[in-house]
Amino acid sequence: MRNTIVSLISIILGLVAGGILMLFIGSNPIEGYSYLLQGALKNLERIGNTLATATPLVFTGLSVAFAFRTGLFNIGASGQMLVGGLAATAVALTFDLSRPILLLVMVLAGLVAGALWAFIPGLLKAKFNVHEVVSTIMMNWIAYWTIYYIVPGYFKGEFLETESKKLAETDTLRAPFLTEMFDGSYINLGLFLAVIAVIIIAFIIDKTTLGFELKAVGFNRFAAEYAGMKVNRNIILSMLISGALAGVGGVALYTGNASSIQIGILPAQGYDGIAVALLGANHPVGVFFAAVLFGILYSGTGFMNAMTEIPPELANTIIAIIIYFAATSVMIERLLNKFKARKSNKEDKSGPVVEKGDS
Amino acid sequence: MWSIIEQIFPYAIIFTIPLLITALGGLFSERSGIVNIALEGLMVIGAFSGALSIHYMSGVLDNHTLVLWLGLLAAVLAGMLFSILHAFASINLNANQIISGTAINLIATALTVFLARNITGSGNIRISSGFSPSNVPFLSDIPVIGDLFFTKTYPTTWFVLAILFVSSFILYKTRFGLRLRSCGEYPQAAEAAGINVRRVRYSGVLISGAFAGLGGALIIVTQSGEFTGTVAGLGFLALASLIFGQWKPLGVLAATFFFGFASTIANVSQVIPELAVIPPILLKIFPYVVTLIALVIFSKSSQAPKAVGETFDSGKR
Repeated sequence: MRNTIVSLISIILGLVAGGILMLFIGSNPIEGYSYLLQGALKNLERIGNTLATATPLVFTGLSVAFAFRTGLFNIGASGQMLVGGLAATAVALTFDLSRPILLLVMVLAGLVAGALWAFIPGLLKAKFNVHEVVSTIMMNWIAYWTIYYIVPGYFKGEFLETESKKLAETDTLRAPFLTEMFDGSYINLGLFLAVIAVIIIAFIIDKTTLGFELKAVGFNRFAAEYAGMKVNRNIILSMLISGALAGVGGVALYTGNASSIQIGILPAQGYDGIAVALLGANHPVGVFFAAVLFGILYSGTGFMNAMTEIPPELANTIIAIIIYFAATSVMIERLLNKFKARKSNKEDKSGPVVEKGDS
Repeated sequence: MWSIIEQIFPYAIIFTIPLLITALGGLFSERSGIVNIALEGLMVIGAFSGALSIHYMSGVLDNHTLVLWLGLLAAVLAGMLFSILHAFASINLNANQIISGTAINLIATALTVFLARNITGSGNIRISSGFSPSNVPFLSDIPVIGDLFFTKTYPTTWFVLAILFVSSFILYKTRFGLRLRSCGEYPQAAEAAGINVRRVRYSGVLISGAFAGLGGALIIVTQSGEFTGTVAGLGFLALASLIFGQWKPLGVLAATFFFGFASTIANVSQVIPELAVIPPILLKIFPYVVTLIALVIFSKSSQAPKAVGETFDSGKR
């Protein structure tokens, strides 16, 4: 509950800061935000696109949040998305299977590729205590250059050197019934995968021994070890699952929202995942709503840019500011405590007021 | 082979210098106990404010060299100003330093492109021209060394090397340096000795902001001549160099030079027949793989400041 309040206050502060920025460049914030909302939610197609934009973010948000529960910081979601997307694209371009089986194999390939990519930092952390922040960043760049040469080398696009061959509509996660339902939006089956992932991860974290052990390792590694848990194994396992999630996120992005993989770009969704996880308080359901919020901001920003002078980067700026406020939530919590103390002071002047300390 | 090295050397140094100064900034921050993964964002801020101020001042001042140096100064100030966000979050509010750093990276890239697009319409800011390389008189005539180190150098290279030298001195020979290092190792003991840990950490983070800002602007005035909203991961590479260099100034120099040389080789490999036989993908991923291996090797004897990344709690023993 408290986390939710802190998140909501961060969002409001971020939106206010965005409004101030709009004023600063001489635009009308109310007009700007109303166009932004219209752009994201005006009709069925736009709603579909908003949900599609949110889909990869659900995966990367879950990925970061899951690792976080074990005390691990996975900055490598971008790289894991890239290899996941590449694996799925490679499967789609290589094998000639019937659609349901092909899609299943594609998702599995992306899952395994992402998991393997995260396995290396997990192993290095568990065996050699190499900090995962640095190793996942290195893995991101290795993925970046791998895609940079593998795609033009083996899966070159028909017209462009810089992207892979386009997948046939039937080899992607697009589904005719969804496209029709949302008036031609690029919403796709990735959204269902995302919802399933939310449910599974919530189940693992809240209801299983594994989830309990992972959380225990996250709270206090040494206490967990003393209690007989296999800490190193749990670290590797947590990174594997985190990477698998990001890998499937890559499948959703490159074979669902898009139908080709571009070289020379680390997908920004990987870094946004950190923001989504943080705003969602590292809980799967929170992650889902945070991803949808970011989806609204990202997908509405184009329309806002078309109708006003406000640059589309406003969405990124608002998100970044929200994250800063969420990161410095201590400030918000202190204010809340102060507010609460004052309120209880007024109600009951005779009783002692105990303020919660920080440490 | 020698002629290849001679050819590559100037480019490797151009690539190394922004990385070196940024990693050096990271060193001050981390030695004081604050993890700074915001280096990337701070570099972007520096590149933006450097390019913007040079762009505007070019029309006002006639002395182009002066304009460039003023641009670098603007970048330093902007970097410092922006790093206060990180210092405030991690020192006063006990925020998770990695999350705060990530937030700053996000803010920096988004905000600068947002502003640049509003100013120029395209999101890029071009400067008319940067520093031009020149030979150092007399020294460039020395055989071998002259060709490698003193031919076609930028004044900024010497400036950054001077900063490295001074930083080393400050870190190991002055009272401030000792205090800074103690705050990263055992802040509670430092506090007991009467040191204001928070203030020292603030100066560490501010120095990192200044240096990273300078690093970002150096890219504009030596390599690219244009702000495009990104420094292409150089900030993260600087962070890796810092760890690779084991949090020591000379180690950082060696690590950044390694990255500079390896990246340059990868970039020019296609035009040099001896190197063209190696698949470019191997050359490109080489520095990152070596860093991973180096991290494994150093993991047993890591020289990391002991309190780095921990929030300061004066009650802890």
